Amino acid sequence: MHAINYEAPSTIDQAVGLLKAHGEKARPFCGGTDLIIQMRAGVRTPDYVVDLKNIKEMRNISFDAKTGLRLGAAASCIEIHESEVMRRNYPGLTEAAHLIGSLQIQNRASVGGNLCNGSPAADSTPALIAIGARARLVGPNGEREVPVEQFVLSPGRTVIQPGELLVELLAAAPAPHTSDAYLRLIPRNEMDIAIVGVGSSVTLDGDKVTAARIGLGAVAATPLLGAKAAESLIGKKLDDAALDTAARLASEQAAPIDDMRGTVEYRKHITGVLTRRTLLIAAERARKK
Amino acid sequence: MSKKTLVEATINGETVEFLCEPRQSMLECLRDVLELTGAKEGCLTGDCGACSINVNGRVVCSCLMFGPEAQGKTITTVEGLAEGNRLHTLQQKFLEHASLQCGICTPGFLMAAKGLLDRNPNPTEPEIRYALAGNLCRCTGYDKIVRAVQDAAQTLRSSNEGKAAAR
Amino acid sequence: MEGTNGQGKKFKVIGTRPIRHDGVDKVTGRARYGADYAFPGMLHGKVLRSPHPHAIIKSINFEKALKLPGVKAIVTSADLPEAESKIEQAGEMAINPHYLSMNILARGKVLYDGHAIAAVAATSPHIAEEALKLIEVQYEILPPAMTVDVAMKPGAPILLSDLRNKEEGDKQTNVAQHYQFKRGDLEAGFKSADFIIEREFNTAMVHQGYIEPHNAVGMYNNDGQATIYCSTQGPFDVRSLSAQVLGMPVGKIKVVPAEIGGGFGGKTTIYLEPLSVLLSKKTGHPVKLTMSRSEVLRASGPTSGSKIKVKMGATKDGKLVAAQIWMAYEAGAFPGSPVGAGAMCIIAPYAIEHFVIDAYDVVVNRPKTAAYRAPGATNAAMASETVVDELAEKCGLDPLDFRIKNAVKEGLAQIVGPPFKAIGFIETCEAIKNSPHYKSKLTGPYRGRGVASGFWFNAGMQSSATVNIHTDGTASVVTGSPDIGGSRASMAMITAEVLGLSVSDVRPVVTDTDSIGHTDVTGGSRVTFATGTAVYEAAQDAIRQLKERAAKVLEKKTEEVEFVDGSFRAIGNGVPPLSLKQLASKLARTGGPITGRASVNARGVGPGFATTCVDVEVDPDTGKVQILRATIAQDAGKAIHPSYVEGQMQGGTAQGIGWGLNEEYFYDDKGILRNIGLLDYRMPTCLDLPMIETAIVEVPNPGHPLGVRGVGEVSIVPPPAALANAIYRAIGVRMDTLPMSPPRILKAILKNRASTQSAAAD
Repeated sequence: MHAINYEAPSTIDQAVGLLKAHGEKARPFCGGTDLIIQMRAGVRTPDYVVDLKNIKEMRNISFDAKTGLRLGAAASCIEIHESEVMRRNYPGLTEAAHLIGSLQIQNRASVGGNLCNGSPAADSTPALIAIGARARLVGPNGEREVPVEQFVLSPGRTVIQPGELLVELLAAAPAPHTSDAYLRLIPRNEMDIAIVGVGSSVTLDGDKVTAARIGLGAVAATPLLGAKAAESLIGKKLDDAALDTAARLASEQAAPIDDMRGTVEYRKHITGVLTRRTLLIAAERARKK
Repeated sequence: MSKKTLVEATINGETVEFLCEPRQSMLECLRDVLELTGAKEGCLTGDCGACSINVNGRVVCSCLMFGPEAQGKTITTVEGLAEGNRLHTLQQKFLEHASLQCGICTPGFLMAAKGLLDRNPNPTEPEIRYALAGNLCRCTGYDKIVRAVQDAAQTLRSSNEGKAAAR
Repeated sequence: MEGTNGQGKKFKVIGTRPIRHDGVDKVTGRARYGADYAFPGMLHGKVLRSPHPHAIIKSINFEKALKLPGVKAIVTSADLPEAESKIEQAGEMAINPHYLSMNILARGKVLYDGHAIAAVAATSPHIAEEALKLIEVQYEILPPAMTVDVAMKPGAPILLSDLRNKEEGDKQTNVAQHYQFKRGDLEAGFKSADFIIEREFNTAMVHQGYIEPHNAVGMYNNDGQATIYCSTQGPFDVRSLSAQVLGMPVGKIKVVPAEIGGGFGGKTTIYLEPLSVLLSKKTGHPVKLTMSRSEVLRASGPTSGSKIKVKMGATKDGKLVAAQIWMAYEAGAFPGSPVGAGAMCIIAPYAIEHFVIDAYDVVVNRPKTAAYRAPGATNAAMASETVVDELAEKCGLDPLDFRIKNAVKEGLAQIVGPPFKAIGFIETCEAIKNSPHYKSKLTGPYRGRGVASGFWFNAGMQSSATVNIHTDGTASVVTGSPDIGGSRASMAMITAEVLGLSVSDVRPVVTDTDSIGHTDVTGGSRVTFATGTAVYEAAQDAIRQLKERAAKVLEKKTEEVEFVDGSFRAIGNGVPPLSLKQLASKLARTGGPITGRASVNARGVGPGFATTCVDVEVDPDTGKVQILRATIAQDAGKAIHPSYVEGQMQGGTAQGIGWGLNEEYFYDDKGILRNIGLLDYRMPTCLDLPMIETAIVEVPNPGHPLGVRGVGEVSIVPPPAALANAIYRAIGVRMDTLPMSPPRILKAILKNRASTQSAAAD
């Protein structure tokens, strides 16, 4: 690895100051589970690595029935998994965080880092899209919010501008009879990158779907919002016909590539399968609430 | 020449100071600077768990941690499991169950298994397998490792119950 | 588990399960593996590797790299002598030093993505890495031949301009060897068959996957003596191969085997060892080199991918009558795939009267293959054991009964070599038949059960041992066989059994190439067999010498003294017996220390058979396979330490499962290896496997004093075929490609569904 400097700010202001001062030459990190690998491979070569884990506010997980979720970008996956508030209100996102690698990885990695890495196959991103999460960025020129489905621009690139820091993820409190689910297809039972990842959220009124969101991962250059598939469910019962339609629309929207993890044909098929399965699980959970 | 940082941490119960370049991972610091070679390098990408250590109560891959991050932390490595000459129950069970063949993955497994039993003293077989999924073994097929962890969990539970009853 | 020795006496130690002597060091992190060594003034080395699969090296310029502060030396093939072209034995594979040297540092051409070109020594591994970026290499890129299909076509890119085979005369070729094995009259055989199955298989290149990457610390002294510390399966092979590559006399190199973190055949050759000595010579310092995981995958020896065509015929009552096989294996950049061994294994479990087997060793622009646990046999069994399964089905026989009906047994011929002595193939089939697993019912949709069998020759070869009697009546047993799987314990157990000691009173030692007689690799399932034989005989030699001493002490003639139950006593009369402990304290006064010794070129090898049963469940919407249950039965001859025998059976089964389901080398269309880490080279994790049930069968090997048969390898042979047979019963499709990854299985399911639907519609 090339020679670097290590910084460990304890406030958001300090972190933003460092990022502003060094621009492209600085890279923030929490778990380092993507960054260190990339630096060893020469894919990213920052001169400054900025450790965010000492910034207490960035690790908070709080929920309010009116204002919803504030998920600190530096909260680790295991902290999310252990959070009662996350499991109760966003079980799909919690599942996704619990799937990002082994326990060793989860004990360090963060959902914020997972999103900022900008991989189309990130596990938490489809789940964040499904719950309608927004990313709150703080920079030298102020703050802004970006819907997660607009956050990743291309593999490895996000909307983050020099000097900006992803501070937390925000989501509305789930309406009554709303829940989410996340599934991914991997060749083994753990430790793989998703060949396809799908996050779904549904709101039910009786047995009709009144709201739905679907996030699709690993099937395009960026994670996608499955808008058409989700729209097709509104006002309908979640029966086979509705599920088939949603699955087909999600599959059609998927624009994957052939690579060593899967073929185009396989990924499109699995997109449909996982869309169907996550919708059913989300609905089952929504009914129980 | 890369400038070195002074890091102070508690490692296996002792306060330790060491110098490292920021680009040196915690794994390199342990092995090359502190001469604690129990943690092993297997992949450098967090996929094999051979470098597993415990940092502030959590099992992590030391290859994916910068050395300076150890500042102020409490770290345990495999060298800190035994108490003097008394092996930890997990170490003893690994030996009794022949849970190691070449032994290179063993330090990592012991750290991961201890991390599991610290939090979940009565794990089911699927819970054990999930907790150890981040550690690769190529020699044993995992069978005897899982049995050793099950046996250790039972022994630790009965000795803790014994201690509780004795109060 | 107890048993009897040759004289019908019960074993006291053999068959028990003591804790291994090196265990405490390994669970506390004290054990020293190759990368754990550090010496004063030690430098760190890194290797520059080709980014192209096939290219001519036009120039290498490392002036800039040498100027980087901290860089002490850089070497290329110009620093190595030209090595002679000949065939040498190293472990289970044949090696040509001329090609080996070219693999260690490329000479003239690079032949695979990852081929070593230069090595740098610097004061830190990070500086060495930075230096690599400053080395300038000019290449003339050539088209690569990445598969046997491409490499065997007329007009294919030629890898080695001097490679010839007997059949093609002076023509440049990529086919290094053509082996053929024949028996009987093939045409007549097929004529007599009622059912003939003909199938073609493709298996992907896979890696042994040892968790510990390669390492070496080399020290070249001013007196011309070199020492190498490394994790190796064969210190004596490291010595002789390094000597040839470096152009040094064998006697000037000492190899100290460190503990080894897995090998499975992949550490029976050399990569970094001569580089460490070369760099040490140039710098005057010890130099440590280690491979990263990506280097291990790109540039150490995986095993061959292959193309295998099998045609087999059987009569309707289930008798196999004919087999015709064509097989081509990837050798990698230099000749030497295990296709010959594969050809001798592919139908070895069965007594077939008529066969022709044609086997081709083909060079391709991939890393030079190395041995991987029963090299060549697993590819072969995927093909033959699924065709056997299909024939059994056609004949309406249970697949185990079909195997038993056609099984080789004592007295029947091998493919090559003398007739079998006592073997346990049928017994492994019966053990599976009688297992709780096979007797249980498997119900539910998309579930299936499959069985398959495997054969491996096992090896004998050379081993040496010494047994030292200590003054307190305990002993040490010294060998040169690195302990990969618990063999130290077995060596101590054999010694303890012969000497009448408890196993904790025997200290097993693995030592360097100066301190023990020549010993061949730890591999080939030979340590308990051959080194165990040497240990047994060394212990017997110690007893012989001790008897003479006891006679002196007891004032009898040597022939009047016997050794029974750990004591020496005069035959038939009432003189109090002399325990080994008592005698040991008198050794100095009666003539001096006692060391038993033995060197063997072990004969009487007993081949190994295994039969494996797996239950699977397939997700029909994703093609993903879960393994519900797995059992392996294997003939061990005599299990010295049953826990470690079970361990070999379980470990090989797990590797075979990975080979069958998810492991493969993925090269892109430019010949670059894409999955260079353990994220995308997918080996089974703890969560992917169930408990692996074992049934140790013991048909004693008449060629060994304790009946031992090698157990390390054959367990890897059946699983891919057993999985394929199980998947067939789960989804109704016979897979013909490895690995059987989810996309491939889903494709087979959908294709089958489409054709059944269209058939129904007709």
